[in-house]
Amino acid sequence: MESGIAVEMKNITKTFGEVVANSNVSMDIRKGEILSLLGENGSGKTTLMNMLSGIYYPDSGVICVDGKPVSITSPKTAYDHGIGMIHQHFKLVDLFTATENVVLGLKEKGKLDHKVIAAKIKEICDKYGFELDPNQKVYNMSVSQKQTLEIIKVLYRGADILILDEPTAVLTPQETEKLFTVIRNMKNNGKAIVIITHKLHEVLSVSDRVTVLRKGEYIGTVNTKDATETSLTEMMVGKKVALNIDRPEPVNPKKRLEIKNVSCYNKDGVLALDHVSFEAYSGEILGIAGISGCGQKELLESIAGLQNVEEGSSILYYVPDTDQIHELVGETPKKIKEEGVALSFVPEDRLGMGLVGSMGMVGNMMLKDYSKGKSFFLNHKDPKQKAEHVREELEVITPDLTTPVKTLSGGNVQKVLVGREIDANPTVLMTAYAVRGLDINTSYTIYGLMNEQKKKGVAVIYVGEDLDVLLELSDRILVLCGGKVNGILDGRKTTKEEVGLLMTQMKAGADNE
Amino acid sequence: MDQLISLIQAAVIFGTVIMFGCVGEIFTEKAGILNLGVPGIMYLGGISSLAGAFFYEQNAENPNRFMCLLISFLCAFLAAALGGLIFGFLTITLRANQNVTGLTLTIFGSGIANFFGGSLNKLAGGVGQISVPVTSAVYRKAIPGLSGLGFVGKMVFSYGFMVYMIIILAILAQYFLSKSRKGLSLRAIGESPSTADAAGINVTLYKYLAVCIGAGISGLGGLFYVMDYTKGTWANDGSIEKLGWLAVALVIFATWKPKHAIWGAYLFGILYWMYFYVSGLTRSSQELFKMLPYLVTLIVLVITSLRKKREQQPPMSLGTAYFREER
Repeated sequence: MESGIAVEMKNITKTFGEVVANSNVSMDIRKGEILSLLGENGSGKTTLMNMLSGIYYPDSGVICVDGKPVSITSPKTAYDHGIGMIHQHFKLVDLFTATENVVLGLKEKGKLDHKVIAAKIKEICDKYGFELDPNQKVYNMSVSQKQTLEIIKVLYRGADILILDEPTAVLTPQETEKLFTVIRNMKNNGKAIVIITHKLHEVLSVSDRVTVLRKGEYIGTVNTKDATETSLTEMMVGKKVALNIDRPEPVNPKKRLEIKNVSCYNKDGVLALDHVSFEAYSGEILGIAGISGCGQKELLESIAGLQNVEEGSSILYYVPDTDQIHELVGETPKKIKEEGVALSFVPEDRLGMGLVGSMGMVGNMMLKDYSKGKSFFLNHKDPKQKAEHVREELEVITPDLTTPVKTLSGGNVQKVLVGREIDANPTVLMTAYAVRGLDINTSYTIYGLMNEQKKKGVAVIYVGEDLDVLLELSDRILVLCGGKVNGILDGRKTTKEEVGLLMTQMKAGADNE
Repeated sequence: MDQLISLIQAAVIFGTVIMFGCVGEIFTEKAGILNLGVPGIMYLGGISSLAGAFFYEQNAENPNRFMCLLISFLCAFLAAALGGLIFGFLTITLRANQNVTGLTLTIFGSGIANFFGGSLNKLAGGVGQISVPVTSAVYRKAIPGLSGLGFVGKMVFSYGFMVYMIIILAILAQYFLSKSRKGLSLRAIGESPSTADAAGINVTLYKYLAVCIGAGISGLGGLFYVMDYTKGTWANDGSIEKLGWLAVALVIFATWKPKHAIWGAYLFGILYWMYFYVSGLTRSSQELFKMLPYLVTLIVLVITSLRKKREQQPPMSLGTAYFREER
């Protein structure tokens, strides 16, 4: 394939206020290659690429495209130089059709003819193997379709250098495989492709070279064929990290939650949970597997009291160290929380539930216990200590405890959320997608925290996406399929294939236990 | 029959005023800017056109009708656009809160207009009522010939040119927004400015243009009000403000589509004047009738939110400022 340097970045530095996002970074991107840009959360990967795509402008340093120094002042100039970026948060207008999104902002002459544009889109689809309906509105599209549209948008503008920011974070394994096929097709067409990611196995399977950043600094570039998961992790983190998850035997498990015949309808009036029954024990991690949207969210919300359940549903809570049993159905979320049931749900947009974006860490800690204390005025001291504690424990990178959390990087936001829930000393800890979008080091910190809770005798319910992790972490795995329990497996004995099969195919006669 | 004709005529005149305000505001809101200063902007347009026409008629020996038209028209458009520019500077560049700024602009506009309105009335001397007979007559000149066609002529062709101008303008605005490239960009900004920005659209420029041109069009509503509705006079009675708010309500009624603003405006006109033609109303029950346009807007709001159709919702980023480097 054609080789040669497409983009060269020399001594790039960018600061935001006092935070140095990139310091003296130099790297190059070659034509006809797939380059992975690897780094932990907040290591400045996205910022660096945003300077190529014109979102930010470097404080100092030079960017050369095809050997000529250029000044990329806006996304438009980036396109003029053939650079297109697919952002993690899609830049699409929901109300528009695919076609309208593609032509948006293009300075083409003549009448706006949707048919001509649709034909051109079709051409691009056929060339690289995409599937897309040009007349579909974006709000009717799945995440993977939106991503396809983003890539086509960039290709339509004639980009030769494509930057994808964590493209697989929200895709299913099948969708990811499809995406990689397309990316390889593009590479074979001589395009330069940069993938920002922290999923090591993806890096190894798809890329030609890997460039690693750590804390805003350039660490090095290696050829993928010479790299291993361990060597890359070391570069990323700066120290050796053990890549296996601890799974202690549950100590003295006692029944903590008994879910019986829980059914509920979601917002769209679809039956989301269908007579779900299971038990959760103290001192164990119950993993919940399932294709996204199979009732995981509704299940956790039913237990937390945020979801109305149908008649006949029952959630029994066995109060620790006593013989008392409380019925949680019909209780207020506040009461349930006081019983010791904690929920940390990490939604796709991270901030949607659980945290207030414009408040700092201290304020967000306070959300959980504002009603504690007798005084009319708020007690700021405890939340502040708590925030300080979470910040140290989970290494949250924030300029200040009062900095609005929405300005922190995604991983740090998640750490704040999970950290706060654990800090409440729950007896039942429910987390959903706790490591979504987190880098490897932070993910392992969070697995460690789960195990710590488990050892303390907490009943942990862990909804996860990564089957490998579920299999390594959980004592038992409950598989949801279309809102039904399709099997409860022993985490130590089952296989990925078995779980995968249960996720997609309803077991015959497996309605319920 | 005569009653019906006069109701239609009153409704058309009334509807024209608010249609100007509404079409201008739709233009602005499509760029994601909620300008609640429409009443103030209509005030600015109204008083400026009046002042322009007044000084020209005073100082010209023999006022040329075309000059009357040109001066008052430009004065209204430019003064209103200037009001929009102030609003734009505050909300786009300084990113001030749009609701607060808009309400302030309404107060500002009505203050300025009533202050100068009072002064003009004084300057006019005599009975203390300003009048610009020549200019007003130009605006109220009906289509010759056609307006004489019996009752159709009275209902459809008996108005000044601005009545037809706004219908054409609304159709053009509809076409611009839904079919043209620039219209697509404008709508994209209202829906998702960061997307538009990433697509290489100059968000700030578009927003400024939308707010200024939109305000200019709204301001013409004030011009029409002064020249036609009150026949070239001025009264400090705050009725422009009332119509300005109805124009804002009409934007919602029309679900941000200029084509719906056309019939909506006339419907509002009919509903508003209904009390005049329903016999046996007391003073207080009249006021109940005058509420009808607002009531209809509420019903439309309820229906559209029940139907949950995305196309009928306000622009997604309406009312929020855009700052590129914010995360």
